[in-house]
Amino acid sequence: MTQTLTPPGEKAGGQDAGPRVARGLLAAGGVLLTVALTFLGLLAITFVIGRVVPIDPVLAVVGDRASKETYDAVRLSMGLDDPLLIQFGRYVGAVLQGDLGQSVATGRAVASDLARVFPATLEMATIGILIGVAVGVPMGVLAAARQGSWVDQVIRVVGLAGYAIPAFWLGLVGLVLFYAKLRWVGGPGRIDLFLDGMVPARTGLLLIDSVIAGNWAALRSAASHIVLPATILGFFSLAYIARMTRSFMLEQLGQEFITTARVKGVPERVVIWRHAFRPIRVQLVTVIGLSYAGLLEGSVMIETVFSWPGIGNYLTTALLNADMNAVLGATLVIGAVFIAINKGSDLLYRLLDPRART
Amino acid sequence: MISRAWLMDEDPATRAQARAGQAWRLARDLSRNPLAMVGLAIIVLLLVVAAFAPWLAPYSPTEGMLTNRLQPPSAVHWMGTDELGRDILSRVIHGARITLYIVLLVAVISAPLGLIIGAVSGYFGGWVDRVMMGLTDIFLSMPRLILALAFVAALGPGIENAVIAIAITAWPVYARIARAETLTFRRSDFIVAVQMQGASHARVIGLHVLPLCMSSTIVRVTLDMAGIILTAAGLGFLGLGAQPPLPEWGAMISKGRSFILDQWWVATMPGFAIVVVSLGFCLFGDGLRDVLDPRQRSKG
Repeated sequence: MTQTLTPPGEKAGGQDAGPRVARGLLAAGGVLLTVALTFLGLLAITFVIGRVVPIDPVLAVVGDRASKETYDAVRLSMGLDDPLLIQFGRYVGAVLQGDLGQSVATGRAVASDLARVFPATLEMATIGILIGVAVGVPMGVLAAARQGSWVDQVIRVVGLAGYAIPAFWLGLVGLVLFYAKLRWVGGPGRIDLFLDGMVPARTGLLLIDSVIAGNWAALRSAASHIVLPATILGFFSLAYIARMTRSFMLEQLGQEFITTARVKGVPERVVIWRHAFRPIRVQLVTVIGLSYAGLLEGSVMIETVFSWPGIGNYLTTALLNADMNAVLGATLVIGAVFIAINKGSDLLYRLLDPRART
Repeated sequence: MISRAWLMDEDPATRAQARAGQAWRLARDLSRNPLAMVGLAIIVLLLVVAAFAPWLAPYSPTEGMLTNRLQPPSAVHWMGTDELGRDILSRVIHGARITLYIVLLVAVISAPLGLIIGAVSGYFGGWVDRVMMGLTDIFLSMPRLILALAFVAALGPGIENAVIAIAITAWPVYARIARAETLTFRRSDFIVAVQMQGASHARVIGLHVLPLCMSSTIVRVTLDMAGIILTAAGLGFLGLGAQPPLPEWGAMISKGRSFILDQWWVATMPGFAIVVVSLGFCLFGDGLRDVLDPRQRSKG
């Protein structure tokens, strides 16, 4: 991420468009192949984890009083005697068709369970990243513009805190302070109990659903419940985004064209926001993408603390119930979204930034 | 014999003198960084507390008096007591042992694993490199915490399984670093010289490649310690790490959750311990990076 501009003469400008397009397609094909391999790797990991579980899936079906014949027949019909590769192929096929098995705890298909809980996580993580970007980017720019100022010191402290404070602990402390003592925010859960289920689910995103339904009491309640967990999530992304913005900006501000602009008498505000900030926007896309993916993961802890009915809470509940299908399904979905955002922002970076297109 | 001049000698007479001089210079550079010294002090404190826990702790970490339960912090119980009347300070002190145990085990498992994979990959290049780094990249682009959770779910809860799960997700970073480092000197004269003397690949990697990858790996491991502590505490918090009555900090926070609104100290105190120790590793790691690995120095 530290490429410098090559002089125009050395660029591939002299070539005609033909090979460039071909090369672009080839690169895109390579990226797609690695993405596909990564997904396959994820599937292989969940498959292996599912295999090493000490729970015998046959016993779960036939019970411990079954005769040897029944046991063997069921084992055969479940395909557990087939070679591992064939079993893996069957597993991949099932997952591609959206079949993640049944959850023992809820008695429903894991896939439909996940579809039900995912919007809650999405809503919280999205608000979290919005907070992180809205506060983190200006903070990083300001810190780079005035090195050593108080903003710079604050970023240093926030960055360290982001590394050293456990998210679940910060959530608990936040609950005590802002909910129990100060009564500024709503408590655990997505909405006050007496409003629960009052808003018809359209998108699954409670804030948007209550606006569609025109239920302002529900909107206020949902907002007061989401603000604390989302802010805590946002804090962790803020710590990362601000530090990265700061170091990108410092790199730009050290370049000669900035000095030229300053010598020319361009106002400092324009130097910072137009000359220095514009070139780093693309790099920031990658950073924001990465921290958004990180938030989806970080929400596992926060959701447990706030009893937030999202995918993280679903995963931890399933963990405690030894509900392996649900655990692996949730791992698969979080992992897939994580990889997709990860690789997507990488691809976006290559598309948007001509310097990375080599 | 050991004097400043001897240590600073530009032409050391023996290997021992060169090593001692290098170590001395490193220590001198580190001691000029106040934040790194704070970090070091915290780490030393953790080591001392963990080593002498039974003598330092005023009460037993596992036995308490039920008549004395949920007492607020006072002169008798500095951090208060928990739901079974156990002294929280004593439990936090004993918890230092568990934290240290987890952190050291993860480092001892994942760092050598990553180092060897990275060095072998970078040394041989070609398809070995492509396959191994492809595998590393797959692991790198997975969510670490979620993967660790799934592994623990399969292996069953407990400290050792938590360590394995964290180590499995931690090695790819070190493999990347070791490979990048190896690539920079793979074709150097000193490597070629050893090869032409007939050294086996294992000897070249073990004696000449790996030692040069050490410093950047040590820096990275120190910086990762905070993350490892947080992950281990998170697993404990979810009930997947150390099991009760072990005084693991994350598990203690999880227990204290039920009383958080009225007896805030039960969940809060172990959290402070986690924050202080993670901070110590962060600060020391930053300082170490500036000294050992000036190329990666953060600006400003």
